Amino acid sequence: MSENKNKLREELENWKNGTLKKALDRFPERREEFKTNSDIHVDPLYTPLNEEDYIENLGFPGEYPFTRGVQPTMYRGKFWTMRQYAGFASAEETNRRFKYLLEQGQTGLSVAFDLPTQIGYDSDHPMAHGEVGKVGVAVDTLEDLEILFDKIPLDKVSTSMTINAPAAVLLAMYIAIGEKQGISKEKLAGTIQNDILKEYIARGTYIFPPEPSMRLITDIIKYCSKEVPRWNTISISGYHIREAGSNAIQEIAFTIANGLAYVDAALESGLDIDEFAPRLSFFFNSHLDFFEEIAKFRAARRLWAKLMKERYGAKNPKSMKMRFHTQTAGCTLTAQQPNNNVVRVTLQALAAVLGGTQSLHTNSRDEALSLPTEESVQIALRTQQIIANESGAADTVDPIGGSYYVENLTNKLEQEAQELINKIDDLGGAPKAIDQGFIQKEIQDSAYEWQKSVEDKEQIIVGLNEFKVEEELNLSTHKVDEKVADAQKNKLEKIREKRDNKTVEDCLNKLQDAAEGTDNLMPYIIKAVKEYATLGEICGALRETFGEYEADSYI
Amino acid sequence: MLTVTPIRVVVGKPGLDGHDRGAKFIARALRDAGMEVIYTGLRQTPDQIVSIALQEDAKVLALSCLSGAHNELFPKIVSLLKEHDAEDILVLGGGVIPEDDIPYLKEQGVSEVFTPGTTSNDIIEFIKNNVSKEGA
Repeated sequence: MSENKNKLREELENWKNGTLKKALDRFPERREEFKTNSDIHVDPLYTPLNEEDYIENLGFPGEYPFTRGVQPTMYRGKFWTMRQYAGFASAEETNRRFKYLLEQGQTGLSVAFDLPTQIGYDSDHPMAHGEVGKVGVAVDTLEDLEILFDKIPLDKVSTSMTINAPAAVLLAMYIAIGEKQGISKEKLAGTIQNDILKEYIARGTYIFPPEPSMRLITDIIKYCSKEVPRWNTISISGYHIREAGSNAIQEIAFTIANGLAYVDAALESGLDIDEFAPRLSFFFNSHLDFFEEIAKFRAARRLWAKLMKERYGAKNPKSMKMRFHTQTAGCTLTAQQPNNNVVRVTLQALAAVLGGTQSLHTNSRDEALSLPTEESVQIALRTQQIIANESGAADTVDPIGGSYYVENLTNKLEQEAQELINKIDDLGGAPKAIDQGFIQKEIQDSAYEWQKSVEDKEQIIVGLNEFKVEEELNLSTHKVDEKVADAQKNKLEKIREKRDNKTVEDCLNKLQDAAEGTDNLMPYIIKAVKEYATLGEICGALRETFGEYEADSYI
Repeated sequence: MLTVTPIRVVVGKPGLDGHDRGAKFIARALRDAGMEVIYTGLRQTPDQIVSIALQEDAKVLALSCLSGAHNELFPKIVSLLKEHDAEDILVLGGGVIPEDDIPYLKEQGVSEVFTPGTTSNDIIEFIKNNVSKEGA
């Protein structure tokens, strides 16, 4: 082996000083230095000399350190879940879109909620003005969720809900409609995003301060570990961190640092690592730099496995497996020549598949213009189906594994992310690093650098800063009817008349008492939603007890 | 020696939209171009934004919204400025704003709407040209 390597080293030197040098003398390279999106230096050529210990670094799929995938057969057994994020306007309209997507061959549902729902306001709250039903579906009471999942069998689909601050309320509603459909809690499968730390960092839909927010999360984790065992209690999300402008290294590091904070909180609440870690899941972005992205997924998986084993002493291999959903990078889509976005999404989706994702959302070509149209959503879903069924990319496990370049990048990304995590550890962990604005500033600096590099044409974006055409942006866009807000308000009024208001009040009072104490809040919330207490009322009761978070803004 | 007062800009995020990557980039780019920039932070009501603009004696109010609530929120802000006799403040809008909505927003008093793909230089130029014209 080492004899071979010595021989190779010799030959490589010969090549550099001979063939390569001659070529470079005649034709210099396009750039002085080649770098990845995360500023990692790229050599002209990678060889087996760059590969280190196969057994230790790569191993086998389904085995520690899971570099080559969390399952032994990966997509040879079953394709990734094709899960398009959807939701807009009213529950009725979203229910129609869900059924359309299921008919088109989508295999899991993913609910987008409007901003008032995500921030715990009812549709008739003054802060909700102009926002009802815009970026997702409006949910005020259990009735809305009943309509949303009408005739969709909850024991046959898994549902992902992008909900964070009020995650407990939506989960409670989901459990309640499950019961109404005659499906017990043990059979419900799905995910709530439930990742509050990244809200403070990157997405902005927080309600409460960090401490009570973390308590709500651990209450959910505890409740589900006993009552809803198939539920993914949290989806630790790098997606939004990347959308806010981080690079790939920061995406891995900040996501994992947040993950470690949730693990610490759950351990402090008295759970054993192997009791809850198997239900932790992740959510990543798939960005433009194809090979760096493939390497990113592999590096993140290996790093998480090592941390779970070495830092926390997890024994169950399931605790060490980083399972993740991926979404292609919305922030890379251009309003100019929107059809080019289909190509961007294809490459990003392929990178996610080659990186071993468990589930995938492909963005629609018109997202830089508005919410996607049905036609655009269909193309986006077809993109996944073509990769799955036509490209052959799913026919062997980790087909890029062993690429000298990708393995080298995987090692570098892992190392650099580990260093950044060490820095966050030194600051006292993710919540403290967020408190000090460290993570936010790091992301903003990267976002600024990136945007500058686009404006200076160091980074070429086809159709945006190069290869431009005169065009009219005449793609038909999706519009949300302003009447949705009025309809929601009417619905709310009727429910407040119909329900037993005394019982609702009693439920809310008991919830508040529990919030002041240490009881698990989930049973109280479930009771309240079943009585048709509104999301705004439940969050309002908790606001009174917990207070509201006020963010510092850094520019 | 001639002293030039820097242009004061308030960058505002009305509504519940939490996507402020663009707003923060613009804030920083305007500051690098020599302007004084105040960023309101997330989740501001039209009233709050107008009162910050007045307090800060802003010449420019740059609003960013990606949630689709722009047609409700931007005109509301413009009309509040009018109520406070502050129509001379140059109001700009940015974000994911469909082409179809732009004429309406301009009718309502938003001077210019910058959609994805706009460079910071375009915005800086626009501000310099339009603020000076109004004799700020």
